[in-house]
Amino acid sequence: MCGGPEAHAPGRVKRVTQPAGLQLRPPAHRVSRTAVWYWAARAAMLWVVVIGAEVAWLVASHEHRTAQVAVLAVSSAVGLAHLGVMPQWRYRIHRWEATPDAVYTQSGWFTQERRLAPISRIQTVDSKRGPLSQLFGLSDVTVTTASAAGPLVIEGLDKAVAEALVAELTATAQAAPGDAT
Amino acid sequence: VTVPDLDSGTSPTAADMQEPWLRLDPRMLLVQPLVELFRALPILVPLVFFGRASNGGPPWSLIGAAIIVGRGCLIWVTTTYRVTAQHVQVRKGLLRRTTRTVPRDRIRTVDITAHPLHRVLGLARVAAGTGRSDRHEDEGITLDALTAAGAERLRELLLHRDNVQPDEVPAGQETAATLLARLDPGWVRFAPFTTSGFVTVLASAGVLWNVINEAHVDPTRVGPGPSIERHLRDAPVVVAATEVALTLLVLVTLASVVGYLLTFWGFRLERQPQGSLHVTRGLLTTRATTIEGRRLRGAELSEPLLLRAVGGARTLAITTGLRVGRGAERGGTVLLPPAPREVALTVAEAVLGNATPVRCRLRKHGVQAVRRRYTRALAGAGLLLALVALGWWAGAISSPSWWAALLAIPVALVLAADRARSLGHAWVDGTLVSRSGSLARRRVMLTTEGVIGCGLRSTWFQRRVGLVTLTATTAAGRQGYHVLDVPVPQAVGLAAAAMPAVVTSFLIAPDSAARMAR
Repeated sequence: MCGGPEAHAPGRVKRVTQPAGLQLRPPAHRVSRTAVWYWAARAAMLWVVVIGAEVAWLVASHEHRTAQVAVLAVSSAVGLAHLGVMPQWRYRIHRWEATPDAVYTQSGWFTQERRLAPISRIQTVDSKRGPLSQLFGLSDVTVTTASAAGPLVIEGLDKAVAEALVAELTATAQAAPGDAT
Repeated sequence: VTVPDLDSGTSPTAADMQEPWLRLDPRMLLVQPLVELFRALPILVPLVFFGRASNGGPPWSLIGAAIIVGRGCLIWVTTTYRVTAQHVQVRKGLLRRTTRTVPRDRIRTVDITAHPLHRVLGLARVAAGTGRSDRHEDEGITLDALTAAGAERLRELLLHRDNVQPDEVPAGQETAATLLARLDPGWVRFAPFTTSGFVTVLASAGVLWNVINEAHVDPTRVGPGPSIERHLRDAPVVVAATEVALTLLVLVTLASVVGYLLTFWGFRLERQPQGSLHVTRGLLTTRATTIEGRRLRGAELSEPLLLRAVGGARTLAITTGLRVGRGAERGGTVLLPPAPREVALTVAEAVLGNATPVRCRLRKHGVQAVRRRYTRALAGAGLLLALVALGWWAGAISSPSWWAALLAIPVALVLAADRARSLGHAWVDGTLVSRSGSLARRRVMLTTEGVIGCGLRSTWFQRRVGLVTLTATTAAGRQGYHVLDVPVPQAVGLAAAAMPAVVTSFLIAPDSAARMAR
């Protein structure tokens, strides 16, 4: 691969829509369908705070009426669009897979990320249930390696699925030799 | 759930219990309180002033000083350590006793520093780094201070455990080390082209400003202050500005040269017979860093824009146990101070044991990646211009500075061109090579053993043009190294090359990839 620089022709360039060559397939499993509601609720909480603050401003002060209404209208529109698009988009993207060799996750929506970690490099496997995810009967599974950059997080798994995954990963990681650094 | 197998080494065995606990060298009692006093100066100075103001009240500054000195003594009383067959243990704390146990086979680096007070008394501080950088608390151990000879013995014991007992280090062994690089005093010419001088001047100005404020002194009334002020006020604006700029330039140059000499005087990089890398340096405060050779995961060539302009570069180590820019470990990764580029390349070659990753030409990321450099730089400049325009419209900014802001466009274009030129990657001899950046251009060479995972991240804009940012995660150095804006097939190829066993089962053939339009 250590060849000369790739020749790129000057002038007009054809847009790359579908890159040819090697590709990664997405991980096999989707997260729980309920996660859509979980993400929507999480985002809604944020927007309630933002819009609540703006309404408070509207009530408290009578100056700059135009600016106040404009800000409120824009953030309401952005908030609604976010709530309408983000959870469904996330649900289509968020996927995971654990094989005897590796853990593979895909997450995000506007910015998407795929992460791969060999089982032999796993240091800890945690499942976490925040108050909001408990409400929806969901669990997050976090897999860390010796690197401080980028633990693998699988959000919005069904509780039973998460428990089975943690048990499986812990068992396979223990069987792998080495100190994982 | 912590995977138990990996932590099994942390519980001491019965045999470990036999080992006696040792104390720090008692001479640290002479050093520690002074160091603590020096550190507490920012607090003590106001106390002195207040103490003088409230005539007859308790002598707060003396009480403060006594507390600090007492604390220094307590450290000696409460800190004990021992090195057993398996572990290093450090006990410390008075009310909250803590025992830190580190398995000896986890120790990757040992850093011995001695500041001038230490050196007068023949002492040194030992810091051992482990590769467990995933934890939030610092898992390494620090002993402040041992005798210089004791520190050396401990280093040998901790790093070369397989073949050397502490009492029987052969006398001639140190001399058998091979010298890889040593300071050439001429290299100091690169010092002004680093940011260190600027940072030093900025920090000193901050401290000075603080002291002036605390002491309620008007700098325009003391010493040469009044005449300087009068001169600057009477001189034409251009002359005054030039004078101030020149003064700053001289100060920054002086500070950077002095800083370079203080930090890197007597710099030597050696490879020891056991394969570890040994760096010694420092004029007043000496520092000796040892990096276990087997744990070296690669090297980094750092060429900031200014340094590059004068043909200089630095070399850094990528190793587990030394995180970049983190607390006491800061600067521990330096394998070569700013020096001629050719020397930096040679050192990187020697350290990696292979010239190809250091010298090879890099594969470019294509026209879309280049276009992204320009779009992003111009978007930044556009944002700046929009803000200035907004300020001008609101009446906060006058129109001359509005014209000055237009300079952002050519600057952005030059930066974008340089960033595009830097961008490249390669996979050679089991080493991932990635280069990017302009103001801080880096060429990273990371060996396969160091890669413990990977990530492919793309924004909507990147996906639209088939690019992705590949991150190779590692327990060493910066913890993750990026290959910026690389076409997807190349990124997947790199990931598959670095971790074949992991990535191969998730690959799909090109034709079925074409069917899966997203």
